[in-house]
Amino acid sequence: MSQNSNTPHNKNQTTFTLDGKTIPFSEGQTIIQAAMAAGEYIPHLCFNPEFKPHGSCKICTVTANGRQTASCTQQPQVDMMVESDTKQINDERRALLQMLFVEGNHFCPSCEKSGDCQLQATAYELDMMSPHFDHFSPNRPLDASHGEYLLDFNRCILCSLCARASSDVDGKNVFSLAGRGIKTHLIVNSKSGKLADTDFTGDDKAAHVCPVGVIIKKRVGFAVPIGKRSFDEHPISATPHPIVKGAI
Amino acid sequence: MSFVLETATNPENLRRVAIDPVSRVEGHGKVTILLDDKNKVHQVRLHIVEFRGFEKFIQGRPYWEVPVMVQRLCGICPVSHHLAASKALDAIVGAKHLTPTAEKMRRLMHYGQILQSHALHFFHLCSPDLLFGFDSDMAKRNIVGVAEKHPEIARQGVLLRKFGQEVIRLTAGKRIHGTGAVPGGVNKSLSLAERNELLKDIYQMVSWSRGAVHLVKEMHHQNPELYNSFGAFRANFMSMVGFDGGLDLYHGQLRARDESGNILFDGVDYQNYTQIIEEEVKNWSYMKFPYLKSMGKEKGWYRVGPLSRIQNCDFISTPLAEIERRDFIEYSGVMPMHAPLGYHWARMIEMLHAVEMIKDLLHDSDIMGSDLMASGERGFEGVGVIEAPRGTLIHHYRVDENDLVTMCNLIVSTTHNNQAMNEAVRRVAQQYLHGHEITEGLLNHIEVAVRAFDPCLSCATHALGKMPLEVEVLDVTGQQLSSLSRSSENVISTKLSAL
Ligand code: SF4
Ligand code: FES
Repeated sequence: MSQNSNTPHNKNQTTFTLDGKTIPFSEGQTIIQAAMAAGEYIPHLCFNPEFKPHGSCKICTVTANGRQTASCTQQPQVDMMVESDTKQINDERRALLQMLFVEGNHFCPSCEKSGDCQLQATAYELDMMSPHFDHFSPNRPLDASHGEYLLDFNRCILCSLCARASSDVDGKNVFSLAGRGIKTHLIVNSKSGKLADTDFTGDDKAAHVCPVGVIIKKRVGFAVPIGKRSFDEHPISATPHPIVKGAI
Repeated sequence: MSFVLETATNPENLRRVAIDPVSRVEGHGKVTILLDDKNKVHQVRLHIVEFRGFEKFIQGRPYWEVPVMVQRLCGICPVSHHLAASKALDAIVGAKHLTPTAEKMRRLMHYGQILQSHALHFFHLCSPDLLFGFDSDMAKRNIVGVAEKHPEIARQGVLLRKFGQEVIRLTAGKRIHGTGAVPGGVNKSLSLAERNELLKDIYQMVSWSRGAVHLVKEMHHQNPELYNSFGAFRANFMSMVGFDGGLDLYHGQLRARDESGNILFDGVDYQNYTQIIEEEVKNWSYMKFPYLKSMGKEKGWYRVGPLSRIQNCDFISTPLAEIERRDFIEYSGVMPMHAPLGYHWARMIEMLHAVEMIKDLLHDSDIMGSDLMASGERGFEGVGVIEAPRGTLIHHYRVDENDLVTMCNLIVSTTHNNQAMNEAVRRVAQQYLHGHEITEGLLNHIEVAVRAFDPCLSCATHALGKMPLEVEVLDVTGQQLSSLSRSSENVISTKLSAL
């Protein structure tokens, strides 16, 4: 898949190996950034190349010189042996995905983000056939108060990308993760807790980064037909920038 | 009020034959028959547990999600719900008139659905009974038996259905859980390549559909005693007809006729359905019993579906189906046909009509157009009606100013037919079971009567997902005599235990 995989690396460039392929990297890059730059896919959800890594979902876990680590936060070392696409790691990733699916309410067949959703696309990539665990079926009402955008908390995977985008790019701090552990949840920072009572707009970066279907532009729904959605033609691993439409 | 055989006078002295499900989770259907020790029938009831979970589930969801979400109601005809919901929600986005491309694409999808559903029902589910006899050898009375004895018929059935599914895939994006129709229009039209792919086989489909009508017609002519009387009862008819009075399965206005064929009402705007239909609750059934308000509970119940539609319309716009409709009307004579087995004949005429419509639409360049969406003044309430394969399907929604659904009411065809199916089961019990030892063959007669209506229990119960049905016959001591089961694919199998 990678164009660089078998190119002999130039002497001045530092490299590591990812699943046997030579990957060049430069100072300050993380494993996943170097891999992406080389056209290699490492599954991930809370990582988005435009933002500081958060290191929370653990889908990007690899072994680096035999030790498990999150590739979105770990920097490579020269000649480091990194393994990503192994049965053991993929089994663990699949289990993490299954937990994400049962913690929220993810009904792919009737979700408008279907085909554009990174959670779904990653689940396909990792051959997740069923949720395996019992569904938590939480009761999470929507926030439809805003005129242009809707929040469907049922689908939140707590990646914090919206919070990072809102504070780091928009300078607004509209979203936060509150609570701890299993009680962690997304909140809207306004007195009423409603989106309508914030200064959020559709031009915000935060409106376009959600990898799943929480932050939804209203009245668009299923306007894009099946066959024309982001991941219809290519699996997420072969999509150049595996970020949902609108995020780039 | 109570109908003949609805309620026995001394139920405590009677033997109970129950046709009951295993799982009570998602709603279910069941037939109970009360017999005395001479096997005389005293009471027959078809109960379908109507599970209104879905209406609750949809409340609080954004309206644009609904046409896709409602497909979870039914694994058998999801496209009908998809279209009925889209039609209802057109009013929310103020789309009074769809673009020609949108309307034609939706119609194409709908006719694909009619074709695949009618073909499945007739060839897979009913042709074994009709070709081999209702109490023929159970081992052969299935589609595999048909494939052995009549391989050509079985093959055509499979390919007709497949063609219908292809039409759905190309209009909705997928065979199930497609997204083609959206409030205000559609999200795609056909490409030239897609159109040509369908055109390739369409003439073959027309000819096979015609053959299917002739096959059922032949059956009626060969055995009129059976076909005209089996489970027969008289009832009113209701359906949507086109604005010109012709058969129109996608759009039009409501019309009803009494049992003699006289018009009861006509030209009713379906947005006002609550003014003409009332739903009665009975203490022994969870499924409501709709009736025409103007006629009252006792006289106002009615029948929907192919038998109603073919006799309710003034004509059929496509020529081959129109010839067949005339034959049907002529065969029935001065009075309308009331026999449940007439449903099969009417159903095949509709299938032929659907295929002819598909053919015409494929020759219409609008289906390759690019003007897909219409909009207008925002609305807050909408009713969508479609003639689904099984009959009139009503979707009704209210949406608040934040775009969330606040109210949802659905009346599906199986609910419209509730009283009619009960009547059919009672007639058959009286005609065939009364005074006889119960055998599998006799019980299958009950199934044949229910099946003629092509009831869809998963829609009727508004359950989430598909619902399997289990049927049990018990003796006085509670011992199981026999059982019938319907898998979630609507395939029915029968097991005799201790007869
Ligand atoms: S709303 Fe979306 S972007 Fe924000 S935390 Fe949840 S999943 Fe991540
Ligand atoms: S992508 Fe690295 S932890 Fe989520």
